[in-house]
Amino acid sequence: MIETALQDLWFGFGVALEPHNLMYCFLGVLVGNLVGVLPGMGPVATISILLPLTFGMKPVAAILMLAGVYYGAQYGGAICSILLNLPTHPPHAVTCLDGFPLTKQGKGGTALGITVIASFMGASFGITEMIFLAPFLVKVALQFGPAEVCSLMLVGLLAGSTLARGSPLKGIAMTVLGLLIGIVGTDIETGTTRFTFGILELDDGVEIVTLALGLFGIAEFMNSMNQTAAVDTKYSKVGFRDMFPSRADLKRAFFPMVRGTLLGSMCALIPGTGPTIASFVSYATEKKISRTPERFGHGAIEGVACPEASTHSSVQGDFIPTMSLGIPGDVTMALLLGALIIQGIVPGPQLISEHPDIFWGLIASFWIGNILLVILNVPMIGLWVKLLSIPYRYLYPSAMFFICIGVYAANNDMFQVGETVAIGIFGYVLLRLDFHPAPILLGFVLGPRFEENFRRAMLISRGDLKVFIERPISAAFLTLCVLLIAGQIYVWLRRPKSVAGAGEIEAKLPASPYTELSG
Amino acid sequence: MAAQFRMKRDYYAGALMMLIGLGAAAEGGTYHIGTLVRMGPGFFPVALGVILVCLGIIIAGTAFASREGGDERFLPAHPQWFGWLCLIGGPILFIILGVYAGMIPAIFACVFVCALGDKTATLKGTLIMSAGVTVFGVILFSYLLGVPLPLLRGITS
Repeated sequence: MIETALQDLWFGFGVALEPHNLMYCFLGVLVGNLVGVLPGMGPVATISILLPLTFGMKPVAAILMLAGVYYGAQYGGAICSILLNLPTHPPHAVTCLDGFPLTKQGKGGTALGITVIASFMGASFGITEMIFLAPFLVKVALQFGPAEVCSLMLVGLLAGSTLARGSPLKGIAMTVLGLLIGIVGTDIETGTTRFTFGILELDDGVEIVTLALGLFGIAEFMNSMNQTAAVDTKYSKVGFRDMFPSRADLKRAFFPMVRGTLLGSMCALIPGTGPTIASFVSYATEKKISRTPERFGHGAIEGVACPEASTHSSVQGDFIPTMSLGIPGDVTMALLLGALIIQGIVPGPQLISEHPDIFWGLIASFWIGNILLVILNVPMIGLWVKLLSIPYRYLYPSAMFFICIGVYAANNDMFQVGETVAIGIFGYVLLRLDFHPAPILLGFVLGPRFEENFRRAMLISRGDLKVFIERPISAAFLTLCVLLIAGQIYVWLRRPKSVAGAGEIEAKLPASPYTELSG
Repeated sequence: MAAQFRMKRDYYAGALMMLIGLGAAAEGGTYHIGTLVRMGPGFFPVALGVILVCLGIIIAGTAFASREGGDERFLPAHPQWFGWLCLIGGPILFIILGVYAGMIPAIFACVFVCALGDKTATLKGTLIMSAGVTVFGVILFSYLLGVPLPLLRGITS
């Protein structure tokens, strides 16, 4: 088993090292790192903007680049959190707690150095996990019939909407809304057009590009318009030489890194718990088991190492259910799946055998990309720090132009630009009503496949709904769903007490003007 | 019910979900629904619509049940009407100018109008930035990516 995995990995490196693919991988991590550093732009918006540009590319190159943006942004986001105390990227919010005090003490460079080491360690473990776990999952998943696939998707949808931030109830409502938006267009089986209201342009359904750019582009900009404070860069002078941590710091940070890595990789396996939850959990754990918990919040290096390692291992682990089962864990993964679907590739357990170049090339590119990121971040740290001071007023108009032309270029259709604007305004209304639009995309991407499998399962069982409980695997998934809902109700009922632990950390976080949530 | 009835944002949220759910169920009901064995195209929309209505009721209901005073206002503390207008106006100008005048004016107008929405924007800085983005955009999208939108209608096409 190990031997075949290594052989496949070797093949993957062959794919990822092709000059063409290597270039796009580099481009991806570079753009990712850039938007990670820039306050006000997140990986979700960036991937949505780049999505239309990938239509003309080969599927391997497209997916390597988009994935690169995602994990590249995690490196950049840490810089923003540590040096500016700006949690623009939710997984790095907890890093602010100890990262910024370190910066104030003049040890920002050390914190960044530890972050890079922790990130690389976490990422490497996450990738290794994927190499061995994904083929195993695929073997199991290939036995699934439509009933099992349906139940599994239900778990994914429920977990994605209830475990993310904000009210779980509203999360579920957003998922259902996403499923409804996924229905728009021509029904595959009967050819009936649904929810098109006589508009011919809607016959092909809502494009993922318009939906994503409306919700995470326009709505987001409307929300942060004139709300961003000037960035204070007075502490953020960091040079190459400051990056190397002392031996004592390294020693202190080593075990937190290991613990963070393990916690993060565990979080990645539970659908719906992305890097954000992983970093919160690991910070809380680290504080609890520390012999000197009072140091946390005043510049403890452990408080930087642990959440960063767990973020990165969970980011890489996120790809496991996405690539092996075709069930995205969060918005970013849903976008990547959308990119694959646009390329004509059906996500699911057959992906590894049918497109080994995509799967193993992606894994190999993770390693290459992470090495590139370390190279990008260590000697060039001064440049990234300078980028922190780019004002928002230059950023969002350029992004708006990219949105317009990107949507137009996807199908050479101006109607869709208008559609994006409409979705954007609607998305802002949802944001104002405390809905997080992320689950919409999850429901939208999974919706058509969910309906298809549900119909098929009903056809096979002759309309007997009991099929979902009678088949053991499906029953297990459904039990998981029930547990998820029961857990949420339990938490809601005894809210005043149970939230105290998490609320304590959350309350200390600096307020963020940005609401983009990716996990 | 001793306390006075107060408006909460979650009532709007619940009502919006109910409205969308009702709409979806009503529209879905006009398609062929079918049976569980052979589902028609209307089955799923109606089912989802009903679920969404239920969720809307629960959202409003839990807000009603909890005694905490939620945020009553729908609009943020400082509504940015002008900013929003600029942000929405940019893409709309892009559509109109893209159809009638070509790519160059469309990009320039879009960036310029969007940038005006920021309070700290200056005319000179905005003009320079719009011009820069236009040049960059034309090179990237017209020459490198070959987006079939004429640069200037009536002259180059």
